[in-house]
Amino acid sequence: MRLCQVETVPFTFDGVTYRGVVGETLAAALIANGVKMVARSFKYHRPRGVMGSGSEEPNALVTIGRGAAAEPNVRATVQEVYSGLEAFSQNAWPSLKTDVMAVNDLVSPFLGAGFYYKTFMWPKAFWEKVYEPVIRRAAGLGGLSGKADPETYEKAFAFCDVLVIGAGPAGLMAALVAGEAGADVILAEEDSALGGRLLAEVEDIDGLPAMRWVADVEARLQAMPNVRVMTRTAVTGAYDQGTFGAFERVDRAGLKACFWRIVAKRSVLCAGALERGIAFPNNDRPGVMMAGAVRAYANRWDVATGTRVAVFGNTGDVARTARDLTDAGIEVVTLIDAAAGEHVIGTKGRHGLTSITVDRNGVVEQIEVDCLAVTGGWNPTVHLTCHMNGRPVWDDAIASFVPTPGAVPDMVTAGACHGVFHTMGCLLDGAQIAEAVVKTLGLKAKPVVLPDADATPYVITPVWSVAGKGRKWIDYQNDVHVKDIELAARENFRSVEHMKRYTTQGMAPDQGKSSNVVALAVLADVTGRGIPETGTTTFRPPFVPVPIAAMGAGGAGMGFAPQRYTTSHAASAAVGAPMIEAGLWYRPSYFPAEGETNWRQSCDREVNMVREAVGVVDVSTLGKIDIQGPDAAALLDFVYSNTFSTLKVGRARYGLMLREDGHVLDDGTTARLGENHYVMTTTTAASGLVMRHLEFVLQVLRPDLDARVISVTEQWAQFGVAGPKSRELLNGLLDQGVDELPFMGCADVTVGGVRARLFRISFSGEMAFELAVPARFGADLYGALVDRAAALGGGPYGMEALNVLRIEKGFITHAEIHGRVTAFDIGLDRIVSLKKDCVGQAMSRRAGLLGGDRAQLVGLKPVGDVKQLSAGAHLFESDAEPVRVNGQGYITSVGFSPTLGVMLALGFLDRGRARHGEVIRMVDHMRGLDAQVEVCDPVFFDPEGGRVRG
Amino acid sequence: MRINCPVCGERDRREFYYVGDAVALDRPDRDAGLDAWDSYVHLRDNPAGLTRDLWHHEAGCGAWLVVTRNTGTHAVSDVVLAREVVR
Ligand SMILES: [Zn+2]
Repeated sequence: MRLCQVETVPFTFDGVTYRGVVGETLAAALIANGVKMVARSFKYHRPRGVMGSGSEEPNALVTIGRGAAAEPNVRATVQEVYSGLEAFSQNAWPSLKTDVMAVNDLVSPFLGAGFYYKTFMWPKAFWEKVYEPVIRRAAGLGGLSGKADPETYEKAFAFCDVLVIGAGPAGLMAALVAGEAGADVILAEEDSALGGRLLAEVEDIDGLPAMRWVADVEARLQAMPNVRVMTRTAVTGAYDQGTFGAFERVDRAGLKACFWRIVAKRSVLCAGALERGIAFPNNDRPGVMMAGAVRAYANRWDVATGTRVAVFGNTGDVARTARDLTDAGIEVVTLIDAAAGEHVIGTKGRHGLTSITVDRNGVVEQIEVDCLAVTGGWNPTVHLTCHMNGRPVWDDAIASFVPTPGAVPDMVTAGACHGVFHTMGCLLDGAQIAEAVVKTLGLKAKPVVLPDADATPYVITPVWSVAGKGRKWIDYQNDVHVKDIELAARENFRSVEHMKRYTTQGMAPDQGKSSNVVALAVLADVTGRGIPETGTTTFRPPFVPVPIAAMGAGGAGMGFAPQRYTTSHAASAAVGAPMIEAGLWYRPSYFPAEGETNWRQSCDREVNMVREAVGVVDVSTLGKIDIQGPDAAALLDFVYSNTFSTLKVGRARYGLMLREDGHVLDDGTTARLGENHYVMTTTTAASGLVMRHLEFVLQVLRPDLDARVISVTEQWAQFGVAGPKSRELLNGLLDQGVDELPFMGCADVTVGGVRARLFRISFSGEMAFELAVPARFGADLYGALVDRAAALGGGPYGMEALNVLRIEKGFITHAEIHGRVTAFDIGLDRIVSLKKDCVGQAMSRRAGLLGGDRAQLVGLKPVGDVKQLSAGAHLFESDAEPVRVNGQGYITSVGFSPTLGVMLALGFLDRGRARHGEVIRMVDHMRGLDAQVEVCDPVFFDPEGGRVRG
Repeated sequence: MRINCPVCGERDRREFYYVGDAVALDRPDRDAGLDAWDSYVHLRDNPAGLTRDLWHHEAGCGAWLVVTRNTGTHAVSDVVLAREVVR
C-alpha cells in the first residue's frame, strides 16, 4: 500500500501487470501492490516474502527479463523499477501459489541437514544419472537460459588516493574530508542514492531532515574535480596492493553492467551494518520482515508493509520502528520487547502472515497482524576486511563482530562497520579517520565543523533464538533452521566451517549476510562454547554476486583472443581459403580450386604443384628477430647449439636452440646480413618464447655481450616460393637475377625499387626462395607472386600442403620438438658443438639424454592392409599386445603423400635409427586403428637433396 | 598485483611474464659438474615468506626484473633490474 500519491509506470511480475515508481526497488513496488509472496524457498518450497531492503536480501530473488537476456537470482530489493520491467518468481512450478514441490515441506522431517549426503550415497552410479538431476530440479534458485548472453558488459580500471566504500554518514564525511584535503577520492556506493541508513531513517542533522544534509554534502562532493562519486557500485572484493573489485549496475544506453578494478593508495571502509533476525517458530512467513526494512519502505519509499504491524526486538529500534510507522499513519498493534523476556513463539498464515502468538513471561496471546517487524540487532559489515585472511573480533558491547584493525593493508574502517551505531558517532568517526588517512598521504585536512546529529546510545540484550515448537529459520536462502545446526553439532560437525558445509548455512548468493552471526551463536550455545571461541567462517569475495559476463566483459566469442592477420589474408580469404589458427595467427589451410569437394583434393594438388611447377606460401608468421652489434655472432654462438660466428656474410644456416635442461627449445634459419647483423627466424609458435630467451641471455647470462635484439616479425612480410620453376618466377620480378644465389645464400635485392631480402632456403625439399619486403608492400608482392606462379602452372599453397611437403622430407616442427626431445633424439647431436659454451650444452651431455633406449625420430609407412596412419597413435612390436607396458613410441605427424602415393608418418621409436626396415605395429586406441608399418628413414623423398640444389 | 618496473613505473601484472626463482641468475660454469647444474636447473625452495622471482616486462620495456615479494602476504618489497643484480 502506498502512503502517498505518485506517478507510476507499468511492470509485470509473473505475467501480472502492476504499477511502480521509476527508480524504486522492485521489492518496494511489489509490497506497494500488496504482493506478499514473492518466492518459494530453496529446499522446502515454503512461501517467502521480502525480508529486507538491501543486497543482503535472502528471499526475494527473481529472474529479470526473458529468453537469452533473462538474468536469474536478481534481488528484488536492488532491482530498480522501469516501465516495462518483466520479473518472474523462481523455484516454483506451476506457479508461486500452487507449487507442487511444496510437498517437500510436508516430508521435511526427512529432509534435514545432511539428508542428501546420507540418502543418496548408494548406489554410486545413481548419483549422476538419477539423484542429482532430480534434486537439482527440486531444490534450487533461478536457472540460466543456456543461450549466449546478448547484453553488453564492460571492464574498467580506476585509480585513486582514497577509496571510500559506502556513502552513509561516515562515508560521506570521510569523502568530504579527504576530498577537501586535495586527495583523489572515489566514493563507491552500492545503492542508487547516497545517504546509507539516513535514506531509511527519520533523523535530523543540524535541525533539518538528514537527507538535506546528505544533498548538501553530495553537491559539495560533485563540485570537487578530485572526487568521483560512483553510485550503484558495490565494492566486491579487497585484493593485494590496494586493488579492489567493484560491480557497477548500469542498465542504460545499451550497457548492462561494468566490472571495475580500482587501485587505491588508501581505503576507508564505511560499509555500515546489516540487521539480523531472531530465530523463533515459523519466522519465515511472508510478512515477517526486518524492522529496518519496514522503516525503509515506510520512510524512503512511502510504502506500508502492512496495515496491522507488530514489532519484535531487543534494541531501541523497536520503539523507533513504532514511532516511524505511527507517524506514517500505519497502525502498530503491539510491541514485543525481547530484552524484557517477551517473545513471539508462533505465526499463522498460509501465503502471508495473519497472526502471531506472543508469550509475555508466561502470558500467551494470539494477535492478528499482517506484518511483523523483527530486529535482533546489527552486525557491522566486516566482509571486505576479511578478504585477505583477516578474522573479525567479537565485541560484547554491541554483541557482534568488529573488524580487526590492519586486516587489509592500508584499509581503515569508520562508522557502523567499525561498531559505531549512531549518526553523530558515524560523522565524527568518518571525519577523524579521514583526517588520519590523508595525513599518511602527506596531505592536511581542513578543519571540519561537525554537524549536530542523533547520538542515542545503542543498547542491546542479545537474543538469538526463543523457545517454542516449530522450525525457527536462520538462513532463509538455504532453508536452514535451528534444529539443523543442533543436528550438525550432535553429529560432531562442531567447527563452524564444518557446520556450514553440513547444513549449507551461509552459502548461496547472500553468503549468509543475514544469518551468519545468529547461526554461530546457536552453534556456540549447543556446543557450550562462547561465540568468540566458535569464530566465524571465512568471508570470501565477492561481497555481492557478480555475473561472470561482467568479469569477462569483451572476452566472449572472437573477443576471447586477438587475431593476427598476415598481409595476404584478404587475398586468401577472397579465394575462399579456410583459415587455421596458428597461435593468434590465421593462416590459409588450402586453396580450393574449381571442382574440388574436399581438402584432400586441394592439398594433393598443391603438393604436386610445388613438386612439379611452383607454389607460393605466406611464411610471415614465423618469428623474425633482428640481431645487431659487435657481439651479435657471440650471442648466436651462445644461444644456438651450433656455431654462427663462422657463417659468412650473405649466407644462412639452420640453427638448433636448447633449453638449459638440455632439451630442444626451438629451431630455425638464421642469416648473416652483415658483419654485425643477423636476422633469426623462429617457429611461429615459439617466437615470443625465443625473444624472451634472447633478452634473458643478453641482460642476465651474458651482459658482457654488446648486442641488441628486436622482434621484426610484423615489420616484414615474407613469402616462400618453392618448386622447380621458382627461379623462373623470380627472374623478371626482382630487379636482379637470382641464378647466382647459392643454396643457403641470402642477398639484399629490390622488387620494383622496393628494398627486399632474398633467402634461398627450403622447407619443401624443392628449389625454393623466401622473399621478404617491408610489411606495407606485402599484399602487393603476394598478388604479383601468385599471378606469376599461375602463369607457370603454379599457385598458392596452404598449411596442409606445406605440412605434407615437409613430412615427405622429414623436416621437423613443434609436433616433433615438443619439449621432451633432445638433439640426440632427432638425430642432430652432431650439431651440438662442444668447442664453445651454449645454453643447454652442459645438461645435454647427461647420460640419460644420449643413446641408451631413447626413442629416436623415424619415418613410418604402412605395409599391411590398413593404410591409414594417425598422429598420437602408439607403436608396438608387430606381435606385441598393444598395452602401455609394451609401448615403444608414438607418432607425431602424418600426411598423405601424393608424391609417393601412400600415407607417411614421423614419430619416435625406441632405438629407432637402428631399426630401419623393421615392421612394427601402430595402434590408435582412440580412433580404433591398428596398422602394420615399416620403420624407415624420416627423409622419404629425395634423400640426396638433389632437387633443392637445383 | 602491480609491479613497479624501474624503467616504466608501476604497472599491472598482466604486462609481465613470470618465470620463477631468481636462482636462474647464477648460471654455473659449463664444467661445474652435474650436481651444480641439477641444482641450478631443477632445485627450488618453496618459502613461506620472502622470495626472489624473475619477471619479464614483456608488454613494456622488455627488461628482466628481480621482484622480491612475500608469498604469505603477496606484498612486493623490492623490484630491481636483473642486469643490475648480475653486474
Ligand atoms: Zn618496464
